[in-house]
Amino acid sequence: MTNSRLTYREAVREALREALARDKRVFLMGEDVNRYGGAYACSLGLPAEFGDERVRDAPLSESAFVGAGIGAALGGMRPIVEIMTINFSLLALDQIVNSAATLRHMSGGQFSVPIVIRMATGAGRQLAAQHSHSLEGWYGHIPGIRVLAPATVADARRMLWPALEDPDPVIIMEHATLYNDEDELPADGDMSVDITKAATRRQGSDVTVIAHSACVKKALNAAEMLVGEGIDCEVIDLRILRPLDDETIIASVRKTHRAVVVDEAWRSGSLAAEISSRITEQAFYDLDAPVERVCGAEVPIPYPKHLEQAALPQPQSIAAAVRKAMRR
Amino acid sequence: MRNIADDRVHLTREHAVELLRQMTRVRRFEEKCAELYTQEKIRGFLHLYIGEEANAVGVISTLTGDEAIVATYREHGHALVRGLPMNEVMAEMFGKAVGSSRGRGGSMHIFSAHHRFFGGNAIVAGGLPLAVGLALADKMLGIERATCCFFGEGAAAEGEFHESLNLAALWHLPVLFVCENNFYAMGTALARSQSNPSISARAAVYGIASEAVDGMNVVDVEAAARRAVHAVRRGEGPRFIETKTYRFRAHSMFDPDLYREKAEIETWKKRDPMVLFADWALSAALLNLDDREAIEADVAQEIEAAVAFAEAADFEPVEDLMKDVVSPPSEYIR
Ligand SMILES: Cc1ncc(C[n+]2csc(CCOP(=O)(O)OP(=O)(O)O)c2C)c(N)n1
Repeated sequence: MTNSRLTYREAVREALREALARDKRVFLMGEDVNRYGGAYACSLGLPAEFGDERVRDAPLSESAFVGAGIGAALGGMRPIVEIMTINFSLLALDQIVNSAATLRHMSGGQFSVPIVIRMATGAGRQLAAQHSHSLEGWYGHIPGIRVLAPATVADARRMLWPALEDPDPVIIMEHATLYNDEDELPADGDMSVDITKAATRRQGSDVTVIAHSACVKKALNAAEMLVGEGIDCEVIDLRILRPLDDETIIASVRKTHRAVVVDEAWRSGSLAAEISSRITEQAFYDLDAPVERVCGAEVPIPYPKHLEQAALPQPQSIAAAVRKAMRR
Repeated sequence: MRNIADDRVHLTREHAVELLRQMTRVRRFEEKCAELYTQEKIRGFLHLYIGEEANAVGVISTLTGDEAIVATYREHGHALVRGLPMNEVMAEMFGKAVGSSRGRGGSMHIFSAHHRFFGGNAIVAGGLPLAVGLALADKMLGIERATCCFFGEGAAAEGEFHESLNLAALWHLPVLFVCENNFYAMGTALARSQSNPSISARAAVYGIASEAVDGMNVVDVEAAARRAVHAVRRGEGPRFIETKTYRFRAHSMFDPDLYREKAEIETWKKRDPMVLFADWALSAALLNLDDREAIEADVAQEIEAAVAFAEAADFEPVEDLMKDVVSPPSEYIR
């Protein structure tokens, strides 16, 4: 089996190509996905292969084209809707929350909405407050949808197909700072991947660090920094933000007896709060220290680099939280 | 001071110099910004207005200093023409603490309460409802003035565009909507995104008097804006102007510009608004060659000073990160 080296962006593109080739019902729709090639160049080249109908430019009308995607899914298609960034998904929130997420239950189980919505998320590129949101936790709040956060090239390549096979709405969050990451992947063979389980990216015995998306790398960096101090971190990549894989998280905490939750989003009402709460609910008597959280500062993300970086979790702040959990 | 109640354009020599001076300031400022971007002094998104200067200059020259302006992320020109000091706008581009938004907003979020310049909105069509609200406040407070809202033709596909136009018309609000139609929303051409390519026709269906003008001709833009803004001030409800224009540069510094033909860009460049106006004003003997040189020299100096100012300025200290998320406690108690 041969390996190929590809970027996260190319992995997304390959996944799209595979999906479009495998299933005639699949089409990609969103702003600038065709002529421009996708705001993050994920669909560059695909129109030539699959045509304008199946790689479909939509006008600036997030609510309308996401709603149309939901309608097309109800009507028998398998749409992949690209929302340029999570920031603009706010204009489509009504369709996602009030239609996509509710239709199955509200109709007494009569309807499925097999739509996949992809969006770029996150801060870190000096794009200022309106272009730097980390609102994945909001989507994680909503019953009726599945939320995926591929943090690795492999997951970017492999999560799309199982997402399309899910009869319910799936949202895929692609952190914008990951698109240039590179990795080796098998060029062919079985691409299937489980979209229900978190992954342990580093085995360790002293403390469990739980992160997702771009923060996984930061957590792994922190873990390396701490080796010299004799602290052995286990790093869990959540991968699936809804429904959360409690089992993997709790099993790890039972082993290490300490937990640090890392989340780029604001602390109040965050996914980090939810995870921390589940740990105390399910593993309180296993804990040797309070659960620590490392979150984004509660401020609209500023433009200048030094302020933006100060507002985000960093390997240093993660390491500091780990030391605190270890009472060092 | 020109008579603002007069809705004709009076092309005195003085006014012609001013129009050319403002277009030149915006053009040269942005050319400098592009250069500073490649030097990594300016980061993030940078959307240049080069080619579209006649719109901000033509429209804003008809507004009084207290008439609110709401703009988009492509707003450096609007800010400068409105009168925000170039030093502060440049410092904002650098992210420095003396910038117009204390460096926190950058290129897309230039604000000035003093100049009633309400940004700098990076959500397409996000500014339209704000403009409607500003006008509503004026109407409720009995203040007779217009609020001017700039946006691109891409915004016309958003719900907020339609919702705002309806509200402004329904409530008879003093808003001047200015759609700068540069024919592309990022890489999506007008014909690929709008069922009816006439944006001004959309406004008309809400009962808003609208007109389309040549956005490369500053005099035409000013004339249309003058007519419209006077009607707005007279309490005749909202007005809508669509300016047909073109951006000579890519959408932003991240855009490889693969979606349009070089020949198309070159054709539009032949109608460069600065050159068109300057040539015409020279031939009409409103300006002479010395004026042009003097303007260029002045502007070059202003820009050089602004860059030096921005370079020398400090960044906001990290300790201030959380400042102004909400009002200071003293203000809240009061
Ligand atoms: C709601 C929303 N969707 C998408 C974007 C991304 N985006 C930024 S500018 C732009 C094109 C807007 O075109 P237009 O309104 O014509 O203005 P122009 O950039 O041409 O001045 C897009 C798609 C955004 N900023 N906001």
